[in-house]
Amino acid sequence: MPNLLEMRGITKTFPGVKALSDVSLTVRSGEIHALVGENGAGKSTLMKVLSGVYPHGSYQGEIWFKGAERRFRGISDSEELGLIIIHQELALAPLLSIAENIFLGNEVARGGVIDWAETFSRTGALLKKVGLNEHPGTPVEKLGVGKQQLVEIAKALSKKVELLILDEPTSSLNENDSAALLDLLLAFKAQGIASILISHKLNEVSRVADRITVLRDGAVVSTLDCGAEKISEGRIIRDMVGRPLDDRFPPRAPNIGDVLFEVRDWNVHHPDHADVVQIKGAAFTVRKGEIVGIAGLMGAGRTELAMSIFGRSHGQKITGTATMRGKPIDVSTVGRAMKAGLAYVTEDRKTLGLVLDDPIKHNISLASLETISTGGVLDDARETRIAHDYRARVAIRCSGILQEVVNLSGGNQQKVVLAKWLNTSPEILILDEPTRGIDVGAKYEIYAIINGLAEAGKGVVMISSEMPELLGMCDRIYVMNEGRIVGELPGARDAQDGATQEKIMRMIIQTKEDAHDAGR
Amino acid sequence: MTQAADIDRPRAGAALAPLGALGYFKKNLRDYGMLLALVLIMAFFQLQTGGILLKPVNLTNLVLQNSYIIIMALGMLLVIVAGHIDLSVGSVCGFVGALAAVMMVQWGWPTPVVVVICLAAGALIGAAQGFWIAYYRIPSFIVTLAGMLVFKGLTLWLLDGKSVGPFPKGFQALSSGFIPDVFAMQGFHLTSFLLAAVTALLIVLAAVRARAAQARFGLVEEPASVFWGRNAVILVAFVYIGWLLASYRGLPNVLMVMAALIVLFTFVTTRTVIGRRIYAVGGNEKAAKLSGVKTERLVFLTFANMGMLAALAGLIFAARLNTATPKAGLGFELDVIAAVFIGGASMQGGVGKITGAVIGGFLMGVMNNGMSILGIGIDYQQVIKGLVLLAAVIFDVYNRRKAS
Repeated sequence: MPNLLEMRGITKTFPGVKALSDVSLTVRSGEIHALVGENGAGKSTLMKVLSGVYPHGSYQGEIWFKGAERRFRGISDSEELGLIIIHQELALAPLLSIAENIFLGNEVARGGVIDWAETFSRTGALLKKVGLNEHPGTPVEKLGVGKQQLVEIAKALSKKVELLILDEPTSSLNENDSAALLDLLLAFKAQGIASILISHKLNEVSRVADRITVLRDGAVVSTLDCGAEKISEGRIIRDMVGRPLDDRFPPRAPNIGDVLFEVRDWNVHHPDHADVVQIKGAAFTVRKGEIVGIAGLMGAGRTELAMSIFGRSHGQKITGTATMRGKPIDVSTVGRAMKAGLAYVTEDRKTLGLVLDDPIKHNISLASLETISTGGVLDDARETRIAHDYRARVAIRCSGILQEVVNLSGGNQQKVVLAKWLNTSPEILILDEPTRGIDVGAKYEIYAIINGLAEAGKGVVMISSEMPELLGMCDRIYVMNEGRIVGELPGARDAQDGATQEKIMRMIIQTKEDAHDAGR
Repeated sequence: MTQAADIDRPRAGAALAPLGALGYFKKNLRDYGMLLALVLIMAFFQLQTGGILLKPVNLTNLVLQNSYIIIMALGMLLVIVAGHIDLSVGSVCGFVGALAAVMMVQWGWPTPVVVVICLAAGALIGAAQGFWIAYYRIPSFIVTLAGMLVFKGLTLWLLDGKSVGPFPKGFQALSSGFIPDVFAMQGFHLTSFLLAAVTALLIVLAAVRARAAQARFGLVEEPASVFWGRNAVILVAFVYIGWLLASYRGLPNVLMVMAALIVLFTFVTTRTVIGRRIYAVGGNEKAAKLSGVKTERLVFLTFANMGMLAALAGLIFAARLNTATPKAGLGFELDVIAAVFIGGASMQGGVGKITGAVIGGFLMGVMNNGMSILGIGIDYQQVIKGLVLLAAVIFDVYNRRKAS
């Protein structure tokens, strides 16, 4: 196969940092090429060089695309040649329709007047191609993240794409949507469209990729050909982190005590539509020193359950009881829930967890300002000491505790959020997708922190969409579907009756079918 | 397999490389830039006006003319840091002045009672607006725009379209009085001078202590030369200005009120729980809320505080004019908001300093005063002030972009 794209000896330096050093990457026509590496390895920088975000002249090296050397001055140059990048953060206008979004900046118009009939019919054709069954006039905000992702891809297709670059396309998708998206990539491949797939999810990578390039610290470590041999995830991880990672989960000997926290008959209604019940009769327990998982698909109601317990931060008409060591506790506001010993680490650290423009120090102390103040006056020395301690304890990599968190990597931001909640000395820590968008090395560190909490006799509730993570960490796993807790399994440590991915999926699907039967 | 390249990225956990004085200065240009701009502009007008700007009598006037803007800028900084805006302050200012005039001049109520009632009325007005903004999530722009119209109208109604005055002597002293001199020296107000000098020393002392505390954790970023240079400038400026004011009639009462408020609000914003939380609310309201911060109540209090400061400013302004007029306070909100933004606050909220707002206020004041002395027409004055505001914000945004 001829090479569609060749990047030769790309070196890109920022003031004081060499982000890419002598990176070469080739993509053949009609291949799916995966680009993997830890956060900060240089994947995004490389793609920005390729798409012209960093214009020619701001880097060293050559880019050859479709048989000629290309010197892109901006992103419009690369798009014109069919090189289209879809960013991790979707760039859609939420209030505009699907059709308007797809042709945004590229309107079907004559003399500045939009031809709506043509726009809609072309949109319809594109949506069919990506398998999205929605009306072209639907506002994008009405769609779930998975469907929005498909709209982005349809937008790319509207521009005669030859090479599609996807930056972590499945990071916020559930398993079904992820699978559908990957199938779509395979379908494009059959039509001769090549793609570069940036992903942290190695199972997905090994499923669809023809070749895999591993980046570490701004340089290519290896390029693996999946056609030639079977590539194990272990092999990829080893290349990514530069050392063998025998176990992805730190060891722990569970020491589980009495029931610490219990929720019974918990019901929650939708915040905007009072008649829609989102959580129905949920009940669960957490023991001292136990890590309890909550599995389920996206939209199963896991986050809604957690947030409604944590100070009614979600929903309305909430009923049910919460007890700590058998005594009822008041969780009606965030402050009261915190006082009762709860802490909640949100799934969305950037919009819900951190004050991005504030320094690490201020973020760590935000939830426990009372403990570092007397009469409302802050004790700066104490705050500084606490921030220093956590920086060392959870290994936050930063230039100093006064660094603004916006400049930290995802893993380090997550550690700041964890530190913030650890500092409130909670009895029960609820973690919602604690390792989303975090690289392998940082994940391990975060798992170790979670284990440490359990060892200290706290109760941990862990919500995750990554089943291997739940299986690797949890002592007990609840399965949620459509607002109900539909099952409970012992942890995977129990080889006989313990949870497996199949068992969890079966529980989810079983209840889906039951619900359908009941509905009939 | 190729080897990982050597990357000279900052090592994890390593201490910051010490920057040179110049490098540090460049990195923190925003913080020093405004102070530098103020000094340069003062120097410019001092030369252009042939030394009139810093004449004791003019300096006293400068303080009197700008006190109410700066007092309101303190409250506005909190409002803007919390992610909101208050357009009603000018109207509230005028309304409270009118209220004071009606109560004192027409009804003959005693001054202290009226002052308390007026401050309470201001707080109530702010609270009423803050209630809708905080608990019903009506955009502050709209609520306070409505407030601006309402209180402009109520001022006209209260005064029946006429000016009301003059005020009793005791009330006038709020704006035209000076602190007493215990030494009773001829031609030099020693008390005032000593007060200014002691204040300067206290500020420098506090800075030295803060630096020592930072040093214990290895957090000192500011090079010693910049630190001592900055403090030397502060010391000299305070002593010099104190000397100038002392050689006229001493420190005006208004200056004392203003200085106390500046100290109080600097303390609140930098050292207290409530101050920290206001920054968090402006920086990321949802995160603050999920961290147990009562965001609604904070926004509500911020507006109540703003209303009270607007009332105080209204009293000072009325006392200065010695009459309440229907036109009092007209357009003040624009000067106040401009002062806060010139001082480096961000429209998005979460960023801004009291010292910045104060410097911004003085910058506008010095320009007003200097241009008036030079006889520049009000038309050009407006144009120049507008351009200065734009330039300051552009400079700010440019700097932030360069830093990231």
